[in-house]
Amino acid sequence: MPRLHVDWTRCDGHGLCAELVPEVLGSDEWGYPLPRSGERDPTVPRRLLRHAEHAVDSCPLLALRLID
Amino acid sequence: MTHTLITALWYLGRGTGVSALVLLTLSVCLGIVTRSGRRLPGLPRFALTDLHKTAALTATGLLAVHIGTLLFDPYAQLRLADVVLPFQGQYRPIYLGLGTLAIDLVALVVATSLLRHRIGPRAFKVVHWLTYLLWPLALLHGLGIGTDAPSTWFTALSAACVGLVAMIVAWRVTPAFGERGRVRVPREVASR
Amino acid sequence: MTMAPPAHSTAPVGHERLLHQGGSSLSEHRARFGLRPAHTPSGVVDLVARSGLTGRGGAGFPLHRKLEAVAGSSGVAVVANALEGEPLSVKDEVLLTYSPHLVLDGLTVVAEAVGARTAVLVTGAQETLERVRAALDERRAERYDRLRVDVRLLEDRFVSGEESAVVNALNGRPAVPRDRLYRVFDRGLNGRPTLVHNVETLAHLALIARYGPEWFRSQGTPEEPGTFLASLDGAVEYAGVVEVPRGAPLLDLLTRAGARLAEVRAVLVGGFHGAWVPATAVPHIRMSKASLSGYEAAPGAGVVYVLDRQQCPLVVAGRIATYLADQSARQCGPCVNGLPRMADTLDRLAYHGRDPRLVPEIERLQRLVAGRGACSHPDGTVRMVRSTMRVFADEVAAHLEGGCSAQTPR
Repeated sequence: MPRLHVDWTRCDGHGLCAELVPEVLGSDEWGYPLPRSGERDPTVPRRLLRHAEHAVDSCPLLALRLID
Repeated sequence: MTHTLITALWYLGRGTGVSALVLLTLSVCLGIVTRSGRRLPGLPRFALTDLHKTAALTATGLLAVHIGTLLFDPYAQLRLADVVLPFQGQYRPIYLGLGTLAIDLVALVVATSLLRHRIGPRAFKVVHWLTYLLWPLALLHGLGIGTDAPSTWFTALSAACVGLVAMIVAWRVTPAFGERGRVRVPREVASR
Repeated sequence: MTMAPPAHSTAPVGHERLLHQGGSSLSEHRARFGLRPAHTPSGVVDLVARSGLTGRGGAGFPLHRKLEAVAGSSGVAVVANALEGEPLSVKDEVLLTYSPHLVLDGLTVVAEAVGARTAVLVTGAQETLERVRAALDERRAERYDRLRVDVRLLEDRFVSGEESAVVNALNGRPAVPRDRLYRVFDRGLNGRPTLVHNVETLAHLALIARYGPEWFRSQGTPEEPGTFLASLDGAVEYAGVVEVPRGAPLLDLLTRAGARLAEVRAVLVGGFHGAWVPATAVPHIRMSKASLSGYEAAPGAGVVYVLDRQQCPLVVAGRIATYLADQSARQCGPCVNGLPRMADTLDRLAYHGRDPRLVPEIERLQRLVAGRGACSHPDGTVRMVRSTMRVFADEVAAHLEGGCSAQTPR
């Protein structure tokens, strides 16, 4: 299953990803993405893949990637 | 070419030019809002970013029509070379040249934006800063060359665009803009 | 070099292998260890695999896997890493003082195994740089080997010794880690596949290349073979570096450092990113991953810090956490925001106590910070804090009541 990977050297907590895949990512008090599962690179269920791809495309700092 | 067709081309050329300017204004403002990390009432951040992109690409499409129609309009005296090389034109060369420069910048910004995942965030960002140059060039081009320029409605429209951009840019340069509306320690993005 | 080693050079017996006491010059090195036999690249990988040598820089990664990762690549760059990062660690500097030629021999073995003609050695200390350069001059003068080593002085901050940070610095960029998806053995120094090895690892390799994997395994445990250098500090009489086998009893280290167990409160094993072993457990704990894992600790880069009963452990932990927060690369939001908050909360518990919300707040920040960053700096810091709260739970309880068990006033 594909995973969402955050490049923390790029991420600045814009929060578009947490809006697009709220089932997978919440936001912490500083705005940075917080995987709900507690995993470092949370898995993305098939039904949400399209939204995850939208999130990867929307991140203004290109900090998101789908891996595997 | 019939007179009707020529007039139609002329109206299309002017219309697409004005619409493109409005959409570019919208895109610049939405770009700054995206950069701020904030949302607007009823519009989440991803929607604002999508709108920013859509406005920019639609403006680009309109500009393609704008140039295309003017190439065929005999009164515009526009040659193909004038589309990329500035200040060589026949009709009001200075103001035309500003438009040429703006188009060159649009091409550069759009190309790098579509290829941003390949070229990386740094290169993408550096080129994107050119939009701050692109927009005033487009505005001045419109004010100087457009045959609608002296008319009331275009003056009012231009003033509205300028006002909107001025407000948003003023917000952009305030220090509070930076941390995306959150109380937090800023990251140190190492310059490479 | 295919000559057989001279008859009087013998493999080191016992656990004192690396810190050559007979002098650090090349002639003394040759007298003690003889010449280095040649091995084919696959021969080296085989030797390393059979020896079970793991990295001695802290991560403990099996060396043969690193070598296999670049097998078949061309233009591989090799970096010897003497940046200790950890303020309590002095072993790499000591190693390069006593046995620079062992390290350089090991570097040559790796370079030959991957076909590299040049290598880089990075250090944070000017004296070390000069010492290594002097050793290289000797090797060049006596035509000992053909490897050209570029010795570079880099800033020695806590995270700058991480291998991607080292490579970044060598590439002229800021010395901070990269996103963990970028592996230096794919693209590192000048875009080439790069091997980064701790200098102690290289010293062990130099001996394995002479005396073989069975000799290496004659010390240590079957799962964790060999010896390692430990830096001892804190409430001890003899702070410094000792060499012990993997799996050595922690008590042995304390004894050698002149610490009196009755006065020990706990021992921080693995440095600032390590974990505490309470005094009651010390007699049963060995310096191996298996034995230490019960306390969430690992030998790491061999730092052992002894805490006596005079100091408040929460004050000490708070100071360490504050230092670690300050040493953040500041690239990653959760780290640059979360570590100072966590350190500050721990400090408040240490100095003011009484507020019952402090404990859940520390736990909340631990969960917020762990696993969210480009490198393992936040995770290591959380490990130390979590261990502090667990091992010193009684102290935490005392502080919440407004007291403290330390013998000196805070």
